[in-house]
Amino acid sequence: MAPSQDAAGTVRPAAVTARGWGWRHAGRAKPAVHGLDLDIAPGERVLLLGPSGAGKSTLLHALAGVLGDITDDGEASDADESGSLLVDAAPPRSQRGRAGLMQQDPETQVVLSRVGDDVAFGAENLAVPREAIWPRVHEALADVGLSHLPLDHPTSALSGGQKQRLALAGILAMRPGLILLDEPTANLDPDGVLEVRDAVARSLDKTGATLVVVEHRVSVWKDLVDRIVVLQPGSAADPAVLLDGPPDRVLIEARTMLAAAGVWVPGYVPATRARAAVPAPGAGTLLLAAEQLAVSRERPRREGFRKIPPAPVQEGVAAQVRAGEALAITGPNGAGKSTFALTLAGLLEPVSGKVSATLDLSRGAGIDPYRWKAEQLISRVGTVFQEPEHQFVTGKVLDELLFGPRHLGHGADRVDELLERLRLTQLVDANPYTLSGGEKRRLSVATVLAASPQVLILDEPTFGQDANTWAELASFLSELLDAGTAVVSVTHDAEFTAALGGAELRMAAAEAVAP
Amino acid sequence: MRQELMLSGNRALLARANPLSKFAAVLLITGVLALSIDWVSASVALAFELLLFPLAGLTLSLLWQRGWPLILAAAVGGWSTSILAPDSGRILLDAGIWTMSEGSLQLGIGFLLRGFAIALPAVLLMSCTDPTDLADALAQKARLPHRFVLGTLAAMRLVGLMAEEWQTIGMARRARGVGARGSVGQRVKATLGQSFGLLVQAIRRASRLAVTMEARGFGGGSRTWARESTFSVLDLWVVSGGVLVAGLALFAALSAHTWNMVWLGS
Repeated sequence: MAPSQDAAGTVRPAAVTARGWGWRHAGRAKPAVHGLDLDIAPGERVLLLGPSGAGKSTLLHALAGVLGDITDDGEASDADESGSLLVDAAPPRSQRGRAGLMQQDPETQVVLSRVGDDVAFGAENLAVPREAIWPRVHEALADVGLSHLPLDHPTSALSGGQKQRLALAGILAMRPGLILLDEPTANLDPDGVLEVRDAVARSLDKTGATLVVVEHRVSVWKDLVDRIVVLQPGSAADPAVLLDGPPDRVLIEARTMLAAAGVWVPGYVPATRARAAVPAPGAGTLLLAAEQLAVSRERPRREGFRKIPPAPVQEGVAAQVRAGEALAITGPNGAGKSTFALTLAGLLEPVSGKVSATLDLSRGAGIDPYRWKAEQLISRVGTVFQEPEHQFVTGKVLDELLFGPRHLGHGADRVDELLERLRLTQLVDANPYTLSGGEKRRLSVATVLAASPQVLILDEPTFGQDANTWAELASFLSELLDAGTAVVSVTHDAEFTAALGGAELRMAAAEAVAP
Repeated sequence: MRQELMLSGNRALLARANPLSKFAAVLLITGVLALSIDWVSASVALAFELLLFPLAGLTLSLLWQRGWPLILAAAVGGWSTSILAPDSGRILLDAGIWTMSEGSLQLGIGFLLRGFAIALPAVLLMSCTDPTDLADALAQKARLPHRFVLGTLAAMRLVGLMAEEWQTIGMARRARGVGARGSVGQRVKATLGQSFGLLVQAIRRASRLAVTMEARGFGGGSRTWARESTFSVLDLWVVSGGVLVAGLALFAALSAHTWNMVWLGS
């Protein structure tokens, strides 16, 4: 094993060399990457762009030495590797700890339950002597701006941005020469995005390590990287690298192409359909109202014979949902926005206060949406969850769409229209779990709308979405609003809020959250 | 929803002992108690345990909060034993098919006390032992394979996440029209569907976590330990305490002629 650092523990930046490298995952017909030629010099900082399916994540996993399908004794299973991919002069797999990888989902970037232990984990695995580990842990925590936390602080109490910074600290403690970030901020709110970006910038300035980052949102990383590489889906005819050069040049040369591929190039807000006529605020028919609402995800706790109501994350909230009007719920992380929306949607029981449906919405089902039967709920209030997979209930796209209408016992006339409108017609026989991120998002919106609810509630609908899906979604929702549906969205996305118009309910942080 | 097993920030004396010695002491005590249904050994052990539990940082109300299901189970077990066990001696209560006699009441009390005396050390052990420290001790002192121990530890963290995920999937499915209310058949069907959804998410999370761990160098041959698992004089006291309590319980029951091996019957 080639050590990542010299005796003093300073980092030796890594070089990357790919020559005709390709990879086909086991059980797939097409290679994920084909014919990649790429040189990255030690200490270079590279932003990797490209449409989904261009093999960006596959490349990062390969560089991290964790690309699956090869057994421990080095024998390939069904997967195919071609050409060569080297870190320094050796295959990544043979050099544990030379590269550190951060993935998208913060929950799975944390391994252990105490902050200090989690940072130490990688160094332990590399057999760093105990007396050298703790100084590294302290240094890494300071580098990512988490040194104010005690070492035994529970990792479960961290915010998403803090979890990603903790993961970065765990990587830094290994002193890797190559840092690989796979959409590290896709699941974070705007503050979290900056926290992580700045922590990465600081640690790179200090260690001089090589960086390869994959991310849709170019503006976040543009000033930090010194090179942008654009990949395209692998094929025999085209080289894997489409464009390669300094950020400014690539962004000028390829602006149109990148925007068309759904990349968020800086300063680009995709065009969306404007509303036909924005109604005067409060003019639409009142459908749903919240008064003095206190919300919590926790159910009442039982301690012996006593029932203790949970502490609300937010209280005294009032809101009105009106036909044909958009309502955006905004505010910092941890303010209880999603919890409020789920309570409004009749999915969580209020801790106190009430949610009441007007007669125009309830149509005989009663005033309290939480008491409605599931069938009554879906034809009145539809909720689209942040993670589309949570809502899939069948094994086929078409069945997903027919599920609601079948339950309600009415025709499927809206299904064809939705398939067409959300570009799912080609996918009717596909398994929902196998779709791309954007397709999953479109499907989850379509399935909820198939039941024709009068109120549509969306939880962070634009998180992690590329610019194309974003624009489609915003345009589609503006059509729905014109048709008289009420649209409530929990979002951090100011451009999305602006595209839909309507009222904004800003929630303040319920409690002091550590920075 | 996610209640940590260990009391967070527990600085009590027993929290500083090595998990392995605590485990050994608990095993000794519960081992002796499991051998006999008699009220003497159980009450001797219980008396000592009640004296000791402040050392684990517990108070009576905390004990009730954490241990109430076990305490209730022991009480129900004691009650049913006293009314259902074969009668002997004077009949104390006669309610048709249920009778309680001196003999069956004694057996019932023995059962109840034994239940308490076995449950209490488990609650005690859990409240003053951090899972990470337990894993350290198992890998470094008991020499269990570190891949297995650390893999289990990391997976345990996911269990807490899965509890939250279960609630979210339940809501997400209600929003699709899958009612978790209704007839028994509908509920079973809904639960099965929800379990499948959870399984998918669990596998996704687990494989991502596995990649994270591998990318941090996990799975190689040798590794070092940032936290050294050590034995101290305290551990000698803990194990001796276990031996003493178990021994005294056994001795008391033998001298009172109440020792009653479970497999020999009454």
